[in-house]
Amino acid sequence: MENVYLKAEEKVIFSLRALYSGYGYSRYKMNKFEEYDLYVRNKDFLLSDAVITFTDTNGKLMALKPDVTLSIIKDSEDTPAAVRKLYYNENVYRISKTTGSFKEIMQVGLECIGDADDYCIYEVLMLAAKSLLTVSDSSLLAISHMGILSDIIDSLSLTGAQSAAVLRCVEEKNVHDLEAMCRACGVESASVQLLKDLIGIYGTPATVLPQLERILKNTCAWDSYKELEQTLALAEGSDIEQYLRIDFSIINDLKYYNGIIFKGFIEGIATAVLSGGQYDKLMRKMKRKTGAVGFALYLDQLERFYPREESYDTDYVLLYGENESAKAVCEAVRAYSKKGAVLAVRKLPGSLKYKTLLKLAGGKVVEADGIS
Amino acid sequence: MAYLNIALPKGRLGEKAYTMLKAAGYGCPAIEESGRKLIFENEALGVRYFWAKPSDVAIYVERGAADIGVTGKDILLEYRPDVYELLDLDIGKCKMCVAAKESFRDDKTRTLTVATKFTNIAKNYFAARGRDIDIVHLNGSIEIAPIIRLSDVIVDIVETGTTLKENNLVVFDEVLDISARLIANKASYKFHHAQMEELCAKLRQKQ
Repeated sequence: MENVYLKAEEKVIFSLRALYSGYGYSRYKMNKFEEYDLYVRNKDFLLSDAVITFTDTNGKLMALKPDVTLSIIKDSEDTPAAVRKLYYNENVYRISKTTGSFKEIMQVGLECIGDADDYCIYEVLMLAAKSLLTVSDSSLLAISHMGILSDIIDSLSLTGAQSAAVLRCVEEKNVHDLEAMCRACGVESASVQLLKDLIGIYGTPATVLPQLERILKNTCAWDSYKELEQTLALAEGSDIEQYLRIDFSIINDLKYYNGIIFKGFIEGIATAVLSGGQYDKLMRKMKRKTGAVGFALYLDQLERFYPREESYDTDYVLLYGENESAKAVCEAVRAYSKKGAVLAVRKLPGSLKYKTLLKLAGGKVVEADGIS
Repeated sequence: MAYLNIALPKGRLGEKAYTMLKAAGYGCPAIEESGRKLIFENEALGVRYFWAKPSDVAIYVERGAADIGVTGKDILLEYRPDVYELLDLDIGKCKMCVAAKESFRDDKTRTLTVATKFTNIAKNYFAARGRDIDIVHLNGSIEIAPIIRLSDVIVDIVETGTTLKENNLVVFDEVLDISARLIANKASYKFHHAQMEELCAKLRQKQ
Protein backbone atom coordinates (compact mmCIF):
# COMPACT_ATOMS: atom_id res chain seq x y z
CA MET A 1 0.00 0.00 0.00
CA GLU A 2 1.26 3.46 -0.88
CA ASN A 3 2.23 5.54 2.10
CA VAL A 4 0.34 8.82 1.76
CA TYR A 5 2.42 10.48 4.46
CA LEU A 6 5.68 10.21 2.51
CA LYS A 7 6.84 13.29 0.61
CA ALA A 8 7.28 12.93 -3.15
CA GLU A 9 11.10 13.17 -2.76
CA GLU A 10 11.02 10.35 -0.20
CA LYS A 11 8.95 8.17 -2.54
CA VAL A 12 11.55 8.82 -5.25
CA ILE A 13 14.31 7.55 -2.94
CA PHE A 14 12.44 4.26 -2.39
CA SER A 15 11.79 3.86 -6.12
CA LEU A 16 15.46 4.49 -6.90
CA ARG A 17 16.62 1.97 -4.32
CA ALA A 18 14.34 -0.62 -5.91
CA LEU A 19 15.62 0.31 -9.38
CA TYR A 20 19.29 -0.05 -8.44
CA SER A 21 18.75 -3.22 -6.41
CA GLY A 22 16.96 -4.71 -9.42
CA TYR A 23 20.21 -4.47 -11.38
CA GLY A 24 22.23 -6.10 -8.60
CA TYR A 25 23.65 -2.95 -7.02
CA SER A 26 24.13 -3.36 -3.30
CA ARG A 27 23.60 -0.59 -0.78
CA TYR A 28 26.72 1.08 0.52
CA LYS A 29 26.29 2.60 3.94
CA MET A 30 29.02 4.80 5.21
CA ASN A 31 30.15 6.79 8.15
CA LYS A 32 29.37 10.52 8.13
CA PHE A 33 33.02 11.37 8.75
CA GLU A 34 36.15 10.89 6.69
CA GLU A 35 39.79 11.80 7.25
CA TYR A 36 40.30 15.34 5.97
CA ASP A 37 43.49 14.28 4.21
CA LEU A 38 41.46 12.44 1.53
CA TYR A 39 39.89 15.72 0.42
CA VAL A 40 43.10 17.72 0.57
CA ARG A 41 44.69 15.29 -1.89
CA ASN A 42 41.72 15.47 -4.28
CA LYS A 43 40.54 19.02 -3.75
CA ASP A 44 39.74 19.72 -7.41
CA PHE A 45 37.36 16.74 -7.56
CA LEU A 46 35.07 18.41 -5.05
CA LEU A 47 32.52 20.97 -6.22
CA SER A 48 33.73 23.32 -3.51
CA ASP A 49 36.99 23.10 -1.57
CA ALA A 50 35.41 24.19 1.71
CA VAL A 51 34.88 21.27 4.07
CA ILE A 52 33.55 21.14 7.65
CA THR A 53 36.40 19.81 9.77
CA PHE A 54 36.89 18.81 13.38
CA THR A 55 39.56 17.11 15.44
CA ASP A 56 38.66 13.59 16.52
CA THR A 57 39.43 12.27 20.03
CA ASN A 58 42.63 10.64 18.68
CA GLY A 59 43.87 13.97 17.32
CA LYS A 60 43.10 13.19 13.67
CA LEU A 61 41.63 15.96 11.55
CA MET A 62 38.29 14.71 10.28
CA ALA A 63 35.68 16.10 7.89
CA LEU A 64 31.95 15.80 7.40
CA LYS A 65 31.70 14.20 3.98
CA PRO A 66 31.36 16.69 1.12
CA ASP A 67 31.40 13.81 -1.36
CA VAL A 68 30.66 10.10 -1.48
CA THR A 69 32.64 8.86 -4.50
CA LEU A 70 36.08 9.46 -2.98
CA SER A 71 35.18 7.41 0.11
CA ILE A 72 33.85 4.53 -2.00
CA ILE A 73 37.04 4.43 -4.08
CA LYS A 74 39.18 4.61 -0.96
CA ASP A 75 37.36 1.62 0.49
CA SER A 76 37.30 -0.40 -2.73
CA GLU A 77 39.67 -3.18 -3.62
CA ASP A 78 41.58 -2.98 -6.87
CA THR A 79 40.89 -6.39 -8.36
CA PRO A 80 41.43 -6.71 -12.13
CA ALA A 81 38.51 -8.26 -14.07
CA ALA A 82 36.19 -7.76 -11.10
CA VAL A 83 33.45 -5.13 -10.84
CA ARG A 84 31.75 -3.86 -7.71
CA LYS A 85 28.31 -2.36 -8.13
CA LEU A 86 27.14 -0.14 -5.31
CA TYR A 87 24.49 2.45 -4.64
CA TYR A 88 24.18 4.91 -1.80
CA ASN A 89 21.71 7.28 -0.26
CA GLU A 90 23.67 9.67 1.92
CA ASN A 91 23.85 13.25 3.13
CA VAL A 92 26.81 15.33 2.03
CA TYR A 93 27.85 18.73 3.38
CA ARG A 94 28.69 21.46 0.93
CA ILE A 95 28.72 25.21 0.62
CA SER A 96 25.56 26.55 -0.95
CA LYS A 97 26.31 28.76 -3.95
CA THR A 98 23.45 31.07 -3.05
CA THR A 99 23.85 31.51 0.71
CA GLY A 100 27.59 30.89 0.97
CA SER A 101 27.06 28.75 4.07
CA PHE A 102 27.17 24.98 4.57
CA LYS A 103 24.18 22.92 3.61
CA GLU A 104 23.20 19.30 4.13
CA ILE A 105 22.32 17.76 0.75
CA MET A 106 20.67 14.40 0.27
CA GLN A 107 22.32 12.49 -2.55
CA VAL A 108 21.39 9.23 -4.18
CA GLY A 109 23.83 7.68 -6.57
CA LEU A 110 25.66 4.63 -7.73
CA GLU A 111 29.17 3.57 -8.64
CA CYS A 112 30.42 0.72 -10.78
CA ILE A 113 34.03 0.22 -9.76
CA GLY A 114 36.54 -2.14 -11.33
CA ASP A 115 37.05 -3.32 -14.88
CA ALA A 116 33.94 -1.60 -16.20
CA ASP A 117 33.32 -2.85 -19.75
CA ASP A 118 31.03 -1.42 -22.45
CA TYR A 119 28.00 -3.07 -20.87
CA CYS A 120 28.77 -1.61 -17.41
CA ILE A 121 29.15 1.89 -18.85
CA TYR A 122 25.87 1.54 -20.74
CA GLU A 123 24.14 0.11 -17.66
CA VAL A 124 25.13 3.14 -15.58
CA LEU A 125 23.99 5.47 -18.38
CA MET A 126 20.69 3.61 -18.63
CA LEU A 127 20.16 3.71 -14.85
CA ALA A 128 20.89 7.46 -14.88
CA ALA A 129 18.19 7.96 -17.53
CA LYS A 130 15.76 5.73 -15.62
CA SER A 131 16.50 7.62 -12.40
CA LEU A 132 15.36 10.82 -14.09
CA LEU A 133 12.27 9.08 -15.43
CA THR A 134 11.44 8.03 -11.89
CA VAL A 135 10.97 11.73 -11.17
CA SER A 136 9.45 12.91 -14.43
CA ASP A 137 8.73 11.77 -17.98
CA SER A 138 9.82 15.17 -19.14
CA SER A 139 13.50 14.58 -18.54
CA LEU A 140 16.65 14.37 -20.63
CA LEU A 141 20.10 12.89 -20.17
CA ALA A 142 22.67 15.04 -21.98
CA ILE A 143 25.77 13.06 -22.91
CA SER A 144 29.27 14.10 -23.89
CA HIS A 145 32.65 12.40 -24.17
CA MET A 146 35.62 13.98 -22.41
CA GLY A 147 38.00 11.98 -24.62
CA ILE A 148 36.72 13.70 -27.77
CA LEU A 149 37.16 17.14 -26.26
CA SER A 150 40.54 16.45 -24.65
CA ASP A 151 41.93 14.83 -27.84
CA ILE A 152 41.04 17.96 -29.81
CA ILE A 153 42.16 20.47 -27.20
CA ASP A 154 45.46 18.63 -26.57
CA SER A 155 46.21 18.79 -30.30
CA LEU A 156 46.02 22.60 -30.26
CA SER A 157 49.26 22.98 -28.22
CA LEU A 158 47.77 25.64 -25.96
CA THR A 159 48.88 26.64 -22.48
CA GLY A 160 46.89 25.34 -19.51
CA ALA A 161 45.06 28.66 -19.12
CA GLN A 162 44.25 28.83 -22.84
CA SER A 163 42.91 25.23 -22.83
CA ALA A 164 40.74 26.03 -19.84
CA ALA A 165 39.40 29.12 -21.63
CA VAL A 166 38.60 27.07 -24.78
CA LEU A 167 36.83 24.47 -22.67
CA ARG A 168 34.83 27.20 -20.96
CA CYS A 169 33.66 28.51 -24.35
CA VAL A 170 32.51 25.01 -25.29
CA GLU A 171 30.72 24.71 -21.94
CA GLU A 172 28.96 28.06 -22.58
CA LYS A 173 28.21 27.31 -26.27
CA ASN A 174 30.06 30.56 -26.82
CA VAL A 175 31.17 30.53 -30.46
CA HIS A 176 31.97 34.27 -30.72
CA ASP A 177 34.50 34.34 -27.85
CA LEU A 178 35.94 30.98 -28.95
CA GLU A 179 36.69 32.37 -32.41
CA ALA A 180 38.30 35.51 -31.00
CA MET A 181 40.41 33.57 -28.54
CA CYS A 182 41.54 30.95 -31.04
CA ARG A 183 42.48 33.75 -33.44
CA ALA A 184 44.59 35.38 -30.71
CA CYS A 185 46.27 32.03 -29.89
CA GLY A 186 47.01 31.23 -33.55
CA VAL A 187 44.81 28.11 -33.68
CA GLU A 188 44.38 26.96 -37.28
CA SER A 189 40.97 27.51 -38.83
CA ALA A 190 40.19 23.79 -39.35
CA SER A 191 40.48 23.16 -35.60
CA VAL A 192 38.37 26.23 -34.80
CA GLN A 193 35.69 24.95 -37.18
CA LEU A 194 35.81 21.52 -35.52
CA LEU A 195 35.24 23.09 -32.10
CA LYS A 196 32.44 25.28 -33.48
CA ASP A 197 30.79 22.19 -34.98
CA LEU A 198 30.96 20.41 -31.62
CA ILE A 199 29.43 23.42 -29.85
CA GLY A 200 26.57 23.47 -32.37
CA ILE A 201 25.77 19.79 -31.96
CA TYR A 202 22.67 18.91 -29.96
CA GLY A 203 20.23 16.08 -30.53
CA THR A 204 19.37 12.44 -30.18
CA PRO A 205 22.10 9.86 -30.87
CA ALA A 206 20.27 8.80 -34.04
CA THR A 207 20.44 12.29 -35.53
CA VAL A 208 23.78 13.43 -34.12
CA LEU A 209 26.04 10.37 -34.48
CA PRO A 210 26.10 10.47 -38.32
CA GLN A 211 27.00 14.20 -38.10
CA LEU A 212 29.72 13.46 -35.56
CA GLU A 213 31.11 10.61 -37.63
CA ARG A 214 31.45 12.98 -40.58
CA ILE A 215 33.23 15.75 -38.68
CA LEU A 216 35.48 13.54 -36.54
CA LYS A 217 36.64 11.13 -39.25
CA ASN A 218 40.41 11.46 -39.81
CA THR A 219 40.81 13.56 -36.66
CA CYS A 220 42.70 12.77 -33.46
CA ALA A 221 39.33 12.24 -31.71
CA TRP A 222 38.24 9.30 -33.89
CA ASP A 223 38.96 6.55 -31.34
CA SER A 224 37.05 8.44 -28.66
CA TYR A 225 34.16 8.90 -31.08
CA LYS A 226 34.05 5.13 -31.69
CA GLU A 227 33.85 4.58 -27.91
CA LEU A 228 30.88 6.93 -27.67
CA GLU A 229 29.21 5.33 -30.67
CA GLN A 230 29.65 1.80 -29.26
CA THR A 231 28.10 2.71 -25.93
CA LEU A 232 25.17 4.55 -27.47
CA ALA A 233 24.55 1.70 -29.92
CA LEU A 234 23.45 -0.34 -26.89
CA ALA A 235 20.65 2.17 -26.30
CA GLU A 236 19.24 1.73 -29.81
CA GLY A 237 15.63 0.59 -29.65
CA SER A 238 15.60 0.74 -25.85
CA ASP A 239 13.03 2.57 -23.74
CA ILE A 240 15.57 5.25 -22.80
CA GLU A 241 16.70 6.13 -26.35
CA GLN A 242 14.26 9.02 -26.77
CA TYR A 243 15.51 10.65 -23.57
CA LEU A 244 19.17 10.81 -24.61
CA ARG A 245 20.81 13.89 -26.17
CA ILE A 246 24.39 14.36 -27.30
CA ASP A 247 25.67 17.72 -26.11
CA PHE A 248 29.35 18.67 -25.81
CA SER A 249 28.61 21.56 -23.48
CA ILE A 250 28.44 18.90 -20.77
CA ILE A 251 31.90 19.15 -19.29
CA ASN A 252 33.65 17.82 -16.25
CA ASP A 253 37.17 18.19 -14.94
CA LEU A 254 39.68 16.79 -17.47
CA LYS A 255 41.98 15.75 -14.62
CA TYR A 256 39.46 13.22 -13.29
CA TYR A 257 37.02 12.31 -16.06
CA ASN A 258 37.97 10.56 -19.27
CA GLY A 259 35.24 8.87 -21.32
CA ILE A 260 31.50 9.29 -21.35
CA ILE A 261 30.09 11.96 -19.03
CA PHE A 262 26.51 13.08 -18.61
CA LYS A 263 24.14 15.42 -16.83
CA GLY A 264 20.44 14.93 -16.21
CA PHE A 265 17.76 17.59 -16.59
CA ILE A 266 14.10 17.66 -15.63
CA GLU A 267 11.76 20.17 -17.24
CA GLY A 268 10.85 22.75 -14.63
CA ILE A 269 14.17 22.60 -12.75
CA ALA A 270 16.66 25.28 -13.74
CA THR A 271 19.87 23.30 -13.23
CA ALA A 272 21.15 19.76 -13.75
CA VAL A 273 19.79 17.34 -11.15
CA LEU A 274 22.10 14.47 -12.00
CA SER A 275 25.77 14.33 -12.88
CA GLY A 276 28.09 11.46 -13.66
CA GLY A 277 30.48 9.72 -15.97
CA GLN A 278 33.64 7.67 -16.29
CA TYR A 279 36.37 8.74 -13.88
CA ASP A 280 39.26 6.40 -14.59
CA LYS A 281 41.70 9.29 -14.17
CA LEU A 282 40.55 9.79 -10.57
CA MET A 283 41.12 6.06 -10.02
CA ARG A 284 44.73 6.42 -11.31
CA LYS A 285 45.24 9.40 -9.04
CA MET A 286 44.11 7.24 -6.13
CA LYS A 287 46.59 4.53 -7.21
CA ARG A 288 43.94 2.17 -8.62
CA LYS A 289 44.61 0.20 -11.81
CA THR A 290 40.96 -0.39 -12.70
CA GLY A 291 38.31 2.08 -13.86
CA ALA A 292 35.01 3.42 -12.60
CA VAL A 293 31.75 4.97 -13.72
CA GLY A 294 28.91 6.36 -11.66
CA PHE A 295 26.52 9.22 -11.02
CA ALA A 296 24.74 11.15 -8.30
CA LEU A 297 21.23 12.56 -8.23
CA TYR A 298 20.87 15.76 -6.20
CA LEU A 299 17.64 15.41 -4.31
CA ASP A 300 17.72 18.96 -2.95
CA GLN A 301 16.99 20.16 -6.49
CA LEU A 302 13.77 18.14 -6.54
CA GLU A 303 12.24 20.18 -3.72
CA ARG A 304 11.42 22.96 -6.17
CA PHE A 305 10.02 20.52 -8.72
CA TYR A 306 7.35 19.03 -6.53
CA PRO A 307 4.60 21.49 -5.60
CA ARG A 308 4.06 21.92 -1.90
CA GLU A 309 1.73 19.04 -1.38
CA GLU A 310 -0.01 19.80 1.88
CA SER A 311 -1.77 23.07 2.38
CA TYR A 312 -2.52 21.63 5.82
CA ASP A 313 -0.36 20.42 8.66
CA THR A 314 -2.95 17.78 9.48
CA ASP A 315 -6.36 16.58 8.31
CA TYR A 316 -8.05 16.65 11.73
CA VAL A 317 -7.40 18.42 14.97
CA LEU A 318 -9.18 16.76 17.87
CA LEU A 319 -9.63 19.11 20.78
CA TYR A 320 -10.46 17.55 24.12
CA GLY A 321 -10.99 18.98 27.56
CA GLU A 322 -9.35 17.86 30.78
CA ASN A 323 -12.49 16.03 31.85
CA GLU A 324 -12.40 13.68 28.87
CA SER A 325 -11.11 10.19 29.60
CA ALA A 326 -7.97 8.94 27.86
CA LYS A 327 -10.04 6.02 26.61
CA ALA A 328 -12.52 8.35 24.87
CA VAL A 329 -9.63 10.28 23.23
CA CYS A 330 -8.10 6.97 22.12
CA GLU A 331 -11.32 5.81 20.52
CA ALA A 332 -11.90 9.12 18.75
CA VAL A 333 -8.35 9.19 17.37
CA ARG A 334 -8.67 5.57 16.24
CA ALA A 335 -11.93 6.30 14.42
CA TYR A 336 -10.69 9.39 12.56
CA SER A 337 -7.16 8.11 11.80
CA LYS A 338 -8.81 5.77 9.28
CA LYS A 339 -9.77 8.88 7.28
CA GLY A 340 -6.60 10.95 7.66
CA ALA A 341 -3.97 12.40 9.97
CA VAL A 342 -5.26 13.28 13.44
CA LEU A 343 -3.63 15.58 15.94
CA ALA A 344 -5.13 15.25 19.40
CA VAL A 345 -4.47 18.27 21.64
CA ARG A 346 -6.03 20.06 24.57
CA LYS A 347 -5.19 23.50 23.22
CA LEU A 348 -5.16 24.54 19.57
CA PRO A 349 -1.61 25.46 18.44
CA GLY A 350 -1.64 29.01 17.03
CA SER A 351 -0.16 28.62 13.53
CA LEU A 352 -1.58 25.19 12.75
CA LYS A 353 -3.39 24.59 9.44
CA TYR A 354 -5.98 21.83 9.43
CA LYS A 355 -8.89 20.67 7.33
CA THR A 356 -11.40 19.85 10.07
CA LEU A 357 -11.63 20.76 13.71
CA LEU A 358 -13.13 18.09 15.95
CA LYS A 359 -14.25 18.59 19.50
CA LEU A 360 -14.59 15.80 22.00
CA ALA A 361 -17.23 16.59 24.55
CA GLY A 362 -18.77 14.12 26.97
CA GLY A 363 -17.15 11.24 25.06
CA LYS A 364 -18.75 12.34 21.77
CA VAL A 365 -17.02 13.86 18.75
CA VAL A 366 -18.50 16.93 17.10
CA GLU A 367 -17.18 18.30 13.84
CA ALA A 368 -16.65 22.02 14.33
CA ASP A 369 -16.55 24.44 11.41
CA GLY A 370 -13.89 23.60 8.85
CA ILE A 371 -10.71 25.11 7.70
CA SER A 372 -8.52 27.25 9.91
CA MET B 1 3.11 25.65 -26.79
CA ALA B 2 4.94 26.90 -23.71
CA TYR B 3 5.95 30.55 -23.61
CA LEU B 4 9.57 31.46 -24.25
CA ASN B 5 10.35 33.85 -21.39
CA ILE B 6 12.75 36.62 -22.35
CA ALA B 7 14.37 38.93 -19.77
CA LEU B 8 15.48 42.31 -21.10
CA PRO B 9 17.53 44.91 -19.24
CA LYS B 10 15.61 48.09 -18.45
CA GLY B 11 16.91 51.11 -20.32
CA ARG B 12 18.51 51.89 -23.66
CA LEU B 13 20.20 48.51 -24.09
CA GLY B 14 16.97 46.63 -23.48
CA GLU B 15 15.12 48.83 -25.96
CA LYS B 16 17.79 48.18 -28.60
CA ALA B 17 17.63 44.45 -27.90
CA TYR B 18 13.85 44.46 -28.21
CA THR B 19 14.12 46.30 -31.56
CA MET B 20 16.42 43.50 -32.78
CA LEU B 21 14.05 40.81 -31.54
CA LYS B 22 11.10 42.58 -33.15
CA ALA B 23 12.95 42.81 -36.47
CA ALA B 24 13.65 39.07 -36.15
CA GLY B 25 9.90 38.42 -35.88
CA TYR B 26 9.48 38.36 -32.10
CA GLY B 27 7.56 41.60 -31.62
CA CYS B 28 5.14 42.18 -28.77
CA PRO B 29 2.83 45.19 -29.27
CA ALA B 30 2.04 45.45 -25.55
CA ILE B 31 5.67 46.23 -24.71
CA GLU B 32 5.59 49.26 -26.99
CA GLU B 33 2.73 50.89 -25.08
CA SER B 34 3.84 53.29 -22.37
CA GLY B 35 3.05 52.28 -18.82
CA ARG B 36 4.56 50.80 -15.71
CA LYS B 37 3.90 47.15 -16.53
CA LEU B 38 6.93 44.87 -16.38
CA ILE B 39 5.60 41.71 -18.07
CA PHE B 40 4.27 41.52 -21.63
CA GLU B 41 3.00 38.58 -23.67
CA ASN B 42 2.48 37.85 -27.32
CA GLU B 43 0.28 34.78 -27.20
CA ALA B 44 0.36 34.20 -30.95
CA LEU B 45 4.16 34.02 -31.01
CA GLY B 46 4.46 32.30 -27.65
CA VAL B 47 6.86 34.89 -26.22
CA ARG B 48 6.73 36.64 -22.87
CA TYR B 49 9.01 39.59 -22.19
CA PHE B 50 9.89 41.16 -18.92
CA TRP B 51 12.04 44.08 -17.93
CA ALA B 52 14.62 43.51 -15.24
CA LYS B 53 17.43 45.47 -13.65
CA PRO B 54 20.43 44.93 -16.01
CA SER B 55 22.53 43.19 -13.35
CA ASP B 56 19.59 40.88 -12.49
CA VAL B 57 18.95 39.53 -16.01
CA ALA B 58 21.65 36.86 -15.65
CA ILE B 59 20.15 35.78 -12.30
CA TYR B 60 16.67 35.41 -13.85
CA VAL B 61 18.12 33.28 -16.61
CA GLU B 62 20.42 31.18 -14.41
CA ARG B 63 17.54 30.41 -12.03
CA GLY B 64 15.20 29.54 -14.90
CA ALA B 65 12.67 32.38 -14.36
CA ALA B 66 13.62 33.45 -17.89
CA ASP B 67 14.59 31.05 -20.65
CA ILE B 68 16.73 33.62 -22.41
CA GLY B 69 17.94 37.12 -21.69
CA VAL B 70 20.11 39.96 -22.84
CA THR B 71 22.95 41.17 -20.67
CA GLY B 72 26.37 42.77 -20.96
CA LYS B 73 29.61 40.82 -21.07
CA ASP B 74 30.72 42.83 -18.01
CA ILE B 75 27.93 41.26 -15.93
CA LEU B 76 28.78 37.78 -17.23
CA LEU B 77 32.45 38.14 -16.35
CA GLU B 78 31.77 39.71 -12.98
CA TYR B 79 29.17 37.24 -11.70
CA ARG B 80 30.01 34.14 -13.80
CA PRO B 81 26.43 32.82 -13.99
CA ASP B 82 26.10 29.22 -15.19
CA VAL B 83 24.35 30.01 -18.48
CA TYR B 84 24.86 29.55 -22.21
CA GLU B 85 26.18 32.55 -24.09
CA LEU B 86 24.57 32.02 -27.49
CA LEU B 87 25.17 35.26 -29.39
CA ASP B 88 27.18 38.45 -29.35
CA LEU B 89 24.44 40.92 -30.27
CA ASP B 90 27.01 43.57 -31.21
CA ILE B 91 25.06 46.31 -29.41
CA GLY B 92 25.80 48.23 -26.20
CA LYS B 93 29.45 48.28 -27.17
CA CYS B 94 31.87 49.91 -24.75
CA LYS B 95 35.13 49.19 -22.96
CA MET B 96 36.10 48.32 -19.40
CA CYS B 97 39.10 50.54 -18.63
CA VAL B 98 41.58 51.46 -15.94
CA ALA B 99 41.43 55.22 -15.49
CA ALA B 100 43.11 57.69 -13.15
CA LYS B 101 43.95 61.36 -12.75
CA GLU B 102 46.19 62.62 -15.54
CA SER B 103 48.97 63.16 -13.00
CA PHE B 104 48.85 59.54 -11.80
CA ARG B 105 52.10 57.55 -11.92
CA ASP B 106 51.94 53.85 -11.00
CA ASP B 107 54.46 53.37 -8.21
CA LYS B 108 54.92 49.59 -8.29
CA THR B 109 56.59 49.55 -4.87
CA ARG B 110 53.21 50.40 -3.31
CA THR B 111 49.87 48.66 -3.21
CA LEU B 112 47.55 50.08 -5.86
CA THR B 113 44.12 51.09 -4.57
CA VAL B 114 41.41 50.36 -7.11
CA ALA B 115 37.83 51.64 -6.87
CA THR B 116 35.30 49.68 -8.88
CA LYS B 117 31.89 48.14 -9.13
CA PHE B 118 33.46 45.17 -10.92
CA THR B 119 35.53 43.60 -8.15
CA ASN B 120 36.14 40.23 -9.80
CA ILE B 121 37.07 41.65 -13.18
CA ALA B 122 39.51 44.09 -11.52
CA LYS B 123 41.01 41.37 -9.31
CA ASN B 124 41.57 39.04 -12.27
CA TYR B 125 43.02 41.80 -14.43
CA PHE B 126 45.61 42.91 -11.86
CA ALA B 127 46.34 39.33 -10.70
CA ALA B 128 47.29 38.42 -14.28
CA ARG B 129 49.81 41.27 -14.12
CA GLY B 130 51.10 40.29 -10.69
CA ARG B 131 50.08 43.68 -9.29
CA ASP B 132 49.32 43.96 -5.59
CA ILE B 133 46.04 45.81 -5.15
CA ASP B 134 43.50 46.89 -2.59
CA ILE B 135 39.90 47.01 -3.79
CA VAL B 136 37.36 49.65 -2.81
CA HIS B 137 33.96 48.34 -3.88
CA LEU B 138 31.61 51.15 -4.88
CA ASN B 139 28.13 50.96 -6.38
CA GLY B 140 28.16 54.23 -8.34
CA SER B 141 29.92 57.55 -9.00
CA ILE B 142 33.17 55.61 -9.32
CA GLU B 143 34.83 58.57 -11.05
CA ILE B 144 35.05 60.66 -7.91
CA ALA B 145 37.18 58.05 -6.08
CA PRO B 146 40.59 59.22 -7.41
CA ILE B 147 39.60 62.88 -7.05
CA ILE B 148 38.82 62.57 -3.36
CA ARG B 149 41.84 60.24 -2.88
CA LEU B 150 39.68 57.21 -2.09
CA SER B 151 41.64 55.28 -4.71
CA ASP B 152 44.61 55.58 -7.05
CA VAL B 153 42.73 54.28 -10.08
CA ILE B 154 39.27 53.12 -11.08
CA VAL B 155 38.13 50.16 -13.19
CA ASP B 156 34.92 51.10 -14.92
CA ILE B 157 32.93 51.07 -18.14
CA VAL B 158 33.82 53.77 -20.61
CA GLU B 159 31.36 54.54 -23.43
CA THR B 160 32.24 57.95 -24.84
CA GLY B 161 34.81 59.09 -22.30
CA THR B 162 32.87 62.28 -21.57
CA THR B 163 32.34 61.54 -17.85
CA LEU B 164 36.04 60.77 -17.42
CA LYS B 165 37.01 63.96 -19.22
CA GLU B 166 34.65 66.11 -17.15
CA ASN B 167 36.26 64.71 -14.01
CA ASN B 168 39.83 65.17 -15.31
CA LEU B 169 40.46 61.46 -15.57
CA VAL B 170 42.22 59.64 -18.41
CA VAL B 171 42.26 56.02 -19.55
CA PHE B 172 45.51 54.24 -18.64
CA ASP B 173 44.64 50.79 -19.96
CA GLU B 174 41.84 48.89 -21.63
CA VAL B 175 40.75 45.81 -19.68
CA LEU B 176 38.24 44.33 -22.14
CA ASP B 177 35.69 45.02 -24.86
CA ILE B 178 32.08 44.78 -23.81
CA SER B 179 28.90 44.18 -25.78
CA ALA B 180 25.46 42.73 -25.11
CA ARG B 181 25.11 38.94 -25.23
CA LEU B 182 22.11 36.68 -25.67
CA ILE B 183 22.18 34.18 -22.83
CA ALA B 184 20.09 31.07 -22.17
CA ASN B 185 19.26 28.87 -19.21
CA LYS B 186 21.08 25.56 -19.67
CA ALA B 187 18.13 23.36 -18.76
CA SER B 188 15.61 25.40 -20.79
CA TYR B 189 17.88 25.22 -23.82
CA LYS B 190 17.67 21.43 -23.72
CA PHE B 191 13.88 21.36 -23.64
CA HIS B 192 13.31 24.30 -26.03
CA HIS B 193 16.29 23.70 -28.27
CA ALA B 194 14.52 24.11 -31.61
CA GLN B 195 12.70 27.28 -30.49
CA MET B 196 15.90 28.89 -29.17
CA GLU B 197 18.04 27.95 -32.15
CA GLU B 198 15.39 29.35 -34.50
CA LEU B 199 15.44 32.63 -32.57
CA CYS B 200 19.28 32.74 -32.72
CA ALA B 201 19.27 32.03 -36.45
CA LYS B 202 16.78 34.83 -37.09
CA LEU B 203 18.79 37.27 -34.97
CA ARG B 204 21.99 36.31 -36.81
CA GLN B 205 20.29 37.05 -40.12
CA LYS B 206 19.39 40.53 -38.92
CA GLN B 207 22.88 41.35 -37.63
